[in-house]
Amino acid sequence: MSDSSKYTMADAPAGYAGEGFFATKLSDVVGLARANSLWPLPFATSCCGIEFMATMASHYDVARFGSERMSFSPRQADMLLVMGTIAKKMAPILRQVYEQMAEPKWVIAVGACASSGGVFDTYSVLQGIDKVIPVDVYVPGCPPRPEQILDGVMRLQEIVKNESVRRRSSDEYQDLLGSYNIK
Amino acid sequence: MALESAVIQQKVIDQFGLKVADFVQLHDILTFEVAPEAILEVMKYLKEDETLRFNFLTDICGVHYPEYAQERQFAVVYHMHNWVDNVRVRIKCFLPASNPEIDSVVSLFLGANWMERETYDFFGIIFKGHPQLKRILNMDEMTVFPMRREFPLEDGGRTDKDDRFFGRTQQNC
Repeated sequence: MSDSSKYTMADAPAGYAGEGFFATKLSDVVGLARANSLWPLPFATSCCGIEFMATMASHYDVARFGSERMSFSPRQADMLLVMGTIAKKMAPILRQVYEQMAEPKWVIAVGACASSGGVFDTYSVLQGIDKVIPVDVYVPGCPPRPEQILDGVMRLQEIVKNESVRRRSSDEYQDLLGSYNIK
Repeated sequence: MALESAVIQQKVIDQFGLKVADFVQLHDILTFEVAPEAILEVMKYLKEDETLRFNFLTDICGVHYPEYAQERQFAVVYHMHNWVDNVRVRIKCFLPASNPEIDSVVSLFLGANWMERETYDFFGIIFKGHPQLKRILNMDEMTVFPMRREFPLEDGGRTDKDDRFFGRTQQNC
């Protein structure tokens, strides 16, 4: 038997506890479940991807945040991590990967190149992935340390926890996707 | 006996006369200029001659010289390699800016296919007779030939760079 005292449990959302029952908001419970089981889809094209490999491995261990399973299929992934320079020729492929992901889906732009093009201010490089897909969290750095990537994941967890269950069907969200000409 | 540069030069001049010019030893490689319309026959001769035996096409690339005269604005540079004697030559063809066209050498070296596509992609040089002359490295939607000097290196859509904070002025950006 493992020593369960070593593990920290996710805190229960605010609610009303009584004898044998607990009442809270559905969106809090859904947010709690989603935030602690974000399955990552690593889209690694350069050195930030190497940092992410360290983040995945035992020392930093992204599995502690519920992201144990790397999904190398967009169909079973929640969190798209774009790590590295995206050439303009790669942009339609990245966009297709994003479109293939099922809702709800979130995007983290890891590193300077994915966030803004970085040092590659040139005709062949996409100047930030937010030119083609919506981004939830930007992680700065060139490349960022694994701690920074984990910080980005934790910030995304906060976003996910506080997201309304109705957001994905709201007009604002449809307008956001519409502004990227998705769907 | 190794293949001497003087021998190569003499044989090529004897064969092609005024179509070849400007023989010079540049960085230990014999370099000469060939009239663009003669490139296919010169290369065929270099490849198939019993003595010369330049059996391998190492590289094709383009150069843009905006300061040169209009009829010599673009250069296509070919590197050939004789594996038997381990001797190399460099061939330059100058093309006019108005009509940068040259014969494709894919019929002689299949490896020229992608190198000519790359040269077309970046310089807009047309290789006549190429089986599939389309962009290879840049995206198909690109409308410019980015290695030509008149096109800017930097992406126009960049929004987060303020030139004042990067020490750049009109002259150097």
